Order: sequence, then structure tokens, then C-alpha cells
Amino acid sequence: MASFDYVIKDVHGIHARPATDLFKLIKGRDCTVKVAKGDKEVLFKGVMGIMSLGAKQGDTVKFTFEGGEADALCEEVKAFMEANL
Amino acid sequence: MTIYTGKSVFGGIAIGRLSVYRKDDSQVKRVHIDDPEAEIARYHEAKETAIEQLGVLYEKALKEVGEDGAGVFEAHQMMLEDGDYIDSVENIIRSESVNAEYAVAQTGDNFAQMFLDMEDEYFRGRAADMHDISERLINVLSGKASGGIQANEPVIVVADDLAPSETVQMDKDMILSFVTVHGSANSHTSILAKTMNIPAMIGCDIPLDDSVDGKMAIVDGFEGKVYVDPDAETMAAKQKIFDEEAEKKALLEQLRGKDNVTLDGQHINLYANIGNTKDLALVMKNDAGGIGLFRSEFIYLGSDHYPTEDEQFAIYKTVAQTLAGKKVIIRTLDIGADKQADYFELPKEENPAMGLRAIRICLTRPEVFKTQLRAILRASAFGKIAIMFPMIISLWEVQEIKKIVEEVKAELEADGIAYDKEIELGIMIETPAAVMVADELAKEVDFFSVGTNDLTQYTLAIDRQNDSLEKFYDSHQPAILKMLQMIVDAAHRHGAWAGICGELGADLTLTKEFLAMGFDELSVSPGRILPLRKIVLETDVSEYKKSKI
Repeated sequence: MASFDYVIKDVHGIHARPATDLFKLIKGRDCTVKVAKGDKEVLFKGVMGIMSLGAKQGDTVKFTFEGGEADALCEEVKAFMEANL
Repeated sequence: MTIYTGKSVFGGIAIGRLSVYRKDDSQVKRVHIDDPEAEIARYHEAKETAIEQLGVLYEKALKEVGEDGAGVFEAHQMMLEDGDYIDSVENIIRSESVNAEYAVAQTGDNFAQMFLDMEDEYFRGRAADMHDISERLINVLSGKASGGIQANEPVIVVADDLAPSETVQMDKDMILSFVTVHGSANSHTSILAKTMNIPAMIGCDIPLDDSVDGKMAIVDGFEGKVYVDPDAETMAAKQKIFDEEAEKKALLEQLRGKDNVTLDGQHINLYANIGNTKDLALVMKNDAGGIGLFRSEFIYLGSDHYPTEDEQFAIYKTVAQTLAGKKVIIRTLDIGADKQADYFELPKEENPAMGLRAIRICLTRPEVFKTQLRAILRASAFGKIAIMFPMIISLWEVQEIKKIVEEVKAELEADGIAYDKEIELGIMIETPAAVMVADELAKEVDFFSVGTNDLTQYTLAIDRQNDSLEKFYDSHQPAILKMLQMIVDAAHRHGAWAGICGELGADLTLTKEFLAMGFDELSVSPGRILPLRKIVLETDVSEYKKSKI
């Protein structure tokens, strides 16, 4: 299992475009991804779940990865977040 | 005759029949089914069809309105593939033994409600996407074609509001004008109307029923009015304006091929600004003398990686060859501020307008800069290319740029690759600092081109996107006009030429002033070239100067 916390820097928060790109990243990978904001946690199965968190600039989100590719995917998602959000 | 009013987003007159665009909002029925698994399979089949449809719409929109307008269809595809959405539909079909249409409608409503309950306006807006994709699925499931306009002659389209997925499906040759009850000035419909050059109106109080459908009408985009069943007098008056507009266009057409010379013999170059190779047709159609601003950043913004030298070379070469010896001024990448490309991985900035952008990126990452310069120089062998550098503030920047250009030239020389050894180098004047040191800069370059948008913003310290500052903003502010004169004078003192490529260049009320100041070139959007030429041909610069004293 791998995980990281991330503070959103983008003014628009996790909106449709990055949510779409993030989902493309994790789709079909051997890994279960959960995303949480505060006490609300969703299983990352598509753009809607992660958008439903309504994560905005300044919010902290926690990504958790479980499965064969957990460590590698964790690094990729982290890099994506840092570059885009 | 009935008159309705609205807010015009694009001027002009349209005369024709009204066609009310009706959304198909027939109720979805809840039907008991015996085999939930077969129903789920039917749902998945419909989902695949819907995704295919969106793929077709994406390609169509990409050609007609570009990447920004097309992105929504890709986002909709992703929403259809969303795991939570799929789980919800399957769950409803299975647990309630109901038809797929009903399950989709329920799911769409639930998800839309979830977004509507959120605080942020952006997320609340996504509820409309939920309805749009659910409606598409239901149409596929029930075998209904989605709404459209049925007409065998061009019509005025009247609608509540038009989603991108709706306008993109319309045959553009069949549309005279758009009139919507809702919608904003920045909506997709408004942008489309501007691109198509047809009158459009939003916020109109017109009813969407049989009282107007199929009726004869006039849309007056100048007044913001729609006349339904116009009386003979109104029809004659509007027809006259319509004919005058058509005549104006025709008169401008006659100016094609004429030289841009004033009555007293002063010559000025009228060039076109373009941001895409697709605009090349417009450049030729409007008889531009060259390209005064080729915004190369579109190559970077439309890519998900640093564009390679060969990718860039192919584009620059096409442009140079199409212009066949007419000048093409390529501005090196102006990324940063409001124009971001993810792979540049630029740090988030507090104040991006004053941040790491344009030439500052190039001088910080010379390898990116060199790739672009090499591509431009290679293309220069195929036409008459000039290079222009944005966001200059200091002399040393220009000297550093020239050093790098020399390095690239030497590399090409060593590799035996052809390029134009006499290629002109120029800079954008868009900061007050550059104006103040214009004399020193002019000694180093072949030309100046004034970026009036940024120059005005930095000089007046006013963000033009900020509507609340409208009272203070004045594009004809004396400080700006004085700077323009300083820029021309400095250029001419040192044998360089000076032009304007910002929006102010197309301001027809200033054309005489620019001629009097001595500008050698104005570069404007292609559609503005012929109106500018008309003024140039009618102007006597010495008379104008006398009249000012």
C-alpha cells in the first residue's frame, strides 16, 4: 500500500479536465485507488467520484493505493498532481 | 408584426423564416423487465454507441471550432465510462427489475443533484453535463434521433439555449442567425456566430412555440431586435440596411489587389495576425500583404510534449510557402501568463502576467528556444521569414538572443543546411521599459512591433479582464499615444521600421493618427485589412497633420 497527501494549488480545484486526465492515468492498472477529502472518501472509479469531493484550492486530498502497481502508480499520480493541480 | 428584444452578440441583419429548436423532453417510462442481465447488456451497447457518437462530434467540433470547443465531448465520453455512474445504472436495473432508460434517467438526476448541492459554481454547472449525457444514452436506447432543425432553406434558429453538442450537429449553411432565450455573451453559440459572421442574439424574450415557428422574421443585430411577421414598411427599411451591408462588403471586395497608399503618396503595409495554419485561407482571401504576427504558441499549446524541430519546421515551411515570398513574421513562443502548456511544468505564480513567460522562458531554457530557432531558420529557405521576440525589457536580452541566433546559424552552416542569411530580427515593444530604451534597442534590431494590449495593461496598471475598472481604462489614453510616437521615432532614427500588431492597430478611428505618426506597418486580424485599406486610400496625411495644429 502507498499513499500521499496533497494540497491543491490550482485555483479551479479538481475540475473536469484534470479529473479526466487523472482517470486516464489509473484506468486499467492493477491497483485500487481511493481519494479522500476530510472524512469523505471515494473509490476512484471515474471522474464523477473525484469531482464529487469538490476539492478546491487550499484543500488537502489524500490518495491511497492498494494492489500490484501501488508504488509505481502512487509516484505517477503524485507527479501529475504536482504538475497540474 | 410582433417585436422581441434581446442582447445582440454580433451585428448584422438576417431575413428569413424562424425555426424553433425543440429539445426532445418526452417522459421516460418506468417499465418492468424480466431479464435484468439482458437489459444491462442493452445499456452497455447503448453506452458504446453514445461514446462513438461523441467521438464523431469531437472530430467535427475540432475542425469547426477548435480544441477549446471540442474538449467538452471528450469529457462527456469519460463521464459515460465513469465507474460510479455505471454501477448506479446496473444496480437500479438489477434491484428494481426496470428498463435501462429509466435507470439512466434516475442515475442522471441523482448525479446532477449531487453536483447541484455543491457550493462551488463550477461544480454546480456540471449538472448540465449529467443531463446531457443521460439524455444522449436515453435517445440511443429508445432509438430516437436527437433534436435538430428540419429545414430546406436557410433559417433563423430560435432556441432556449444551445449546447455545443446541438450546434455542432447543425448544417452551418442552413443557419442565417441564432436567437436564444438564455445563454451568455461568452457562450459557445456567441463564439460560433462570430466565427460564422452572422447576427446573433441572446437573452431574447421570444416565445418558443407555434406562434413564431415557421414565420417570416427579421433579426437586427445592430438594434438587438427580432421582428416577427414584419409589416411592409419595416421589411423595406431593413431590406435597405441589409442591401447596404452587402454593398459595403462588395465595395471592400473591390479594394482587393490595391496598394495601400494615401492620397499624398505615403505607403503602409497591412499584414495579418494569425494563430493557426487554418487561418491561412483568410489571409489570402482578405488580401493581406504578409503575416505580421504568427503566434507560434499554438503549436505548443496544441501539443502534449515539446514540439520537435521537425514538427515545427513542417508548419513554418507550409506558411512560408503559402505566402510565396510575402513576409511572414514568426513570434517565438509566448507561453506563460494566461497561456499554459502542462509539459513546461511552469511553477504556479502569484502574478503570472509579471512572471516567467515568453522570452524569459526562452532565455532560462535555451534548449527549448534553440529548437524553435533552428526550425524557423530552416523554414526561412522556403520563403521570406522574419523572427520576432516577445516581452523584451532590456538591451542585454536582445544581445543574448542575437548570440543564440548566431550559434544556431553556425550549427546549420556546419551541417550544410540552407537558411536565409539575411533574415530580419525584430522585437515586440510591449513594456514601458522597452519604450524608454527604444533607441538602444533599435540599434540592435531590424524592426519593432508594438503589442498594444500588454503595453496598455502594463502602462496603465489595469487588468483588462477586470470589468470593474472599465471607467479607468482608455485605449486612447494620451500616455499610450505618446509612447507610440516615441517608438516610431526611435526606430526610424536607427534605420529600423515600426509596426503595430496589437488590437489597437485595427482601431479605424486611429488609422489616420498612425499614418501621421509614421508607422510602417499595421498587423490586424484578416477581416480588418480591407476596411483599413479603405481609410488609407482616403487619407491625405499632410492635410490631417495640418488639421491637428
